[in-house]
Amino acid sequence: MNLAYLVPLFPLLGFLINGLLRKSLTKSLIGIIGSGAILASFIVSIMLFLQVKANGAMPIYPLFTFIDTGTFHIDFAFQIDQLSSIFLLIITGVGFLIHVYSTSYMHEEETKHFGRYFAYLNLFVFSMLLLVLGANYLIMFMGWEGVGLCSYLLIGFWFKVDSYNAAAKKAFVMNRIGDLGFLLAVFWLLQKLGTVNYADVFANYKNLSQADITGITLLLFLGAAGKSAQIPLYTWLPDAMAGPTPVSALIHAATMVTAGIYMIARSNILYTLAPVTENVVAIIGLATAILGASIALKQNDIKKVLAYSTVSQLGYMFLGLGVGAYTGAVFHVMTHAFFKACLFLGAGSVIHAMAGEQDMRRMGGLKKWMPITNITFLLSCLAIAGVPPLSGFFSKDEILAAAELRSPILYYIGVVGALMTAFYMFRLYAATFLGNFRGTHEQEHHLHESPSAMTIPLIVLAILAVIGGFIGIPEVFAKNAHWLEHFLAPVFAQSKALQPERLGDTTHELVMIGTVTILVIVMIVWAWGKYSKYEPTTEPESGLGKVLENKWYIDEAYNNVIVKPVNSLGNLLKNVVEKSGIDGVVNGVGRFVQYSARQLRLLQSGQVGNYILFMVLSIVVLFLIFWNQGIIVSFIQKVF
Amino acid sequence: MPIQYYIALSATLFCIGVVGVLTRRNAIIIFMCIELMLNAVNLMLVAFSKMQPLVASASGNAAANNALQTGIDGQIFVFFIMVVAAAEVSVGLAIIVMMYRNTHSVDVNFLNRLKN
Repeated sequence: MNLAYLVPLFPLLGFLINGLLRKSLTKSLIGIIGSGAILASFIVSIMLFLQVKANGAMPIYPLFTFIDTGTFHIDFAFQIDQLSSIFLLIITGVGFLIHVYSTSYMHEEETKHFGRYFAYLNLFVFSMLLLVLGANYLIMFMGWEGVGLCSYLLIGFWFKVDSYNAAAKKAFVMNRIGDLGFLLAVFWLLQKLGTVNYADVFANYKNLSQADITGITLLLFLGAAGKSAQIPLYTWLPDAMAGPTPVSALIHAATMVTAGIYMIARSNILYTLAPVTENVVAIIGLATAILGASIALKQNDIKKVLAYSTVSQLGYMFLGLGVGAYTGAVFHVMTHAFFKACLFLGAGSVIHAMAGEQDMRRMGGLKKWMPITNITFLLSCLAIAGVPPLSGFFSKDEILAAAELRSPILYYIGVVGALMTAFYMFRLYAATFLGNFRGTHEQEHHLHESPSAMTIPLIVLAILAVIGGFIGIPEVFAKNAHWLEHFLAPVFAQSKALQPERLGDTTHELVMIGTVTILVIVMIVWAWGKYSKYEPTTEPESGLGKVLENKWYIDEAYNNVIVKPVNSLGNLLKNVVEKSGIDGVVNGVGRFVQYSARQLRLLQSGQVGNYILFMVLSIVVLFLIFWNQGIIVSFIQKVF
Repeated sequence: MPIQYYIALSATLFCIGVVGVLTRRNAIIIFMCIELMLNAVNLMLVAFSKMQPLVASASGNAAANNALQTGIDGQIFVFFIMVVAAAEVSVGLAIIVMMYRNTHSVDVNFLNRLKN
């Protein structure tokens, strides 16, 4: 009766079929198999969700014994509770829409590359589903690695371009650095508790000392920082825009980057018990939010703006986690998946229409040619800016309110970030869709609205971005209307019990919300006005603008401080240690064998007389040994 | 005569035989040296078989019969060795005759063809 295993099974089958048969299937068939697999998973996810809604968390569903050695026993088991069912819906739902979108976006590829693309996408969804379904940290890690792999494969999808390969490698390496933290945390847990099952760990957390918990949570956060692009491991995400736009939408906006949030939300009890880590998470999240927003203010490539926006919004989610607003963070994951995927897909639509152009300085006035894309993009921009009553408003507000209860400084800086978000998003919107077209004539002729396979997902996502917030209406507006909080309460119950009850002043909160909303609208109007008549100047940026445009020179800093020394170390090892040292030893052994063989060969003179001489000598030696047997035996016994 | 003299003589003869086998080039001389080795051993065996009864009665208590019986063993073995030597010489000389017929010399260095 338990259908949980079907959810990851369909994408796995889709991966195998599309991957192995990619040269023999037609493009439409590949698209149908790929999207159909995810649709099937989505339907099963809905069934699971309804079941969880009705009956609460399902019992843990073991599939088979994974590792069984001595005292070390780990099951391959799925845990479907409120948290995983929400994530399942997001992953399969948004994933399905993006698959449908990709059938049209990637239409110009050759069939075998088209098949490869869908195979990778399905593999990615499979890994992500494993990640959220797993009942222990090990299964999560398997999914974790799988999504990292698929991210690499998909970023470097157009592998013939070297810079894309470099971007893919960068993503994978930075992910790996985070994975080291994750693994160390898992080993630590294993050593202290002997188990990695969520149920056992969270029930027995009292057996861990404070230092243990702090260490484990910090290491887990390092893993999350790598996967979810936080400081210092975020630079891979803007470079990952080298991949196809639907990939950016799925992996780097809606799903993979939320893996870190999921992991921390799942481990919420451990984080509640480690206030040091919570502060670290909150501060890094906030810093990343501001950093991402500041860089996005000066980027000219639409995908880069969205990438830094993702980095920034992820920072907000971690801020939410750090101040204990676990529901708020998960809520923001959900709304962010909707509006960011819509934004990325809309950007893809624009790029498609502009025949590959991504620089917004050469766009403008596109709303005339692309009405659907325009409306959906506008709605998503309003959502991300946090204009009520769209979804982004509710989720971001929840995080900021929780931050204010923890520390006003976090709140005010977070508000600054939100204002920057509004500004750069509407800068992007206005420069792209308003004003006059700034491109070439041939680009102008090519402009067209995208086919329905691309616009229908946009419409669906835009609708979700508008109404998605209503599942989480905060207390200040309506009592007990926060459906999501009630739904997720069992998952965060342990943490809630430990957190001090913090009641905000309702009036105060309403005033702050109102103020922030007014300021956001001011920023929107300012950006709208400034950039709807945007004439790009050719003079180079200077001062702070230049620093922001160059991403605070962090990539260059990493290059000089980390990449170059590692490269020279590698060269040193290659030329000195490898050539002279190791090769010397190995070749030396060979040369020594040859030398001794040459010398030994001289014994075989061919002269029988020599042979007889050696025989006689040997007999004499044996005789001597025999004669002195006692002495020799006692000597040997003394030495050994 | 103390048995050490016999042992010394026998050992000396044996060593001379060994050196001769290793050093001489003429096949017939090598055979003579082999004979010399065998006879050195014969000498030693006979010496022991003769000296043994004297040694036994010197201790003064073993039965004279017993001593005489043990004494003969060495001499019986000498017979065996002499028979073997004879057989070996006949075969060896036959080989040398063949060798001479093929190479017109009795120099053993022809065996150095094993070199390559």
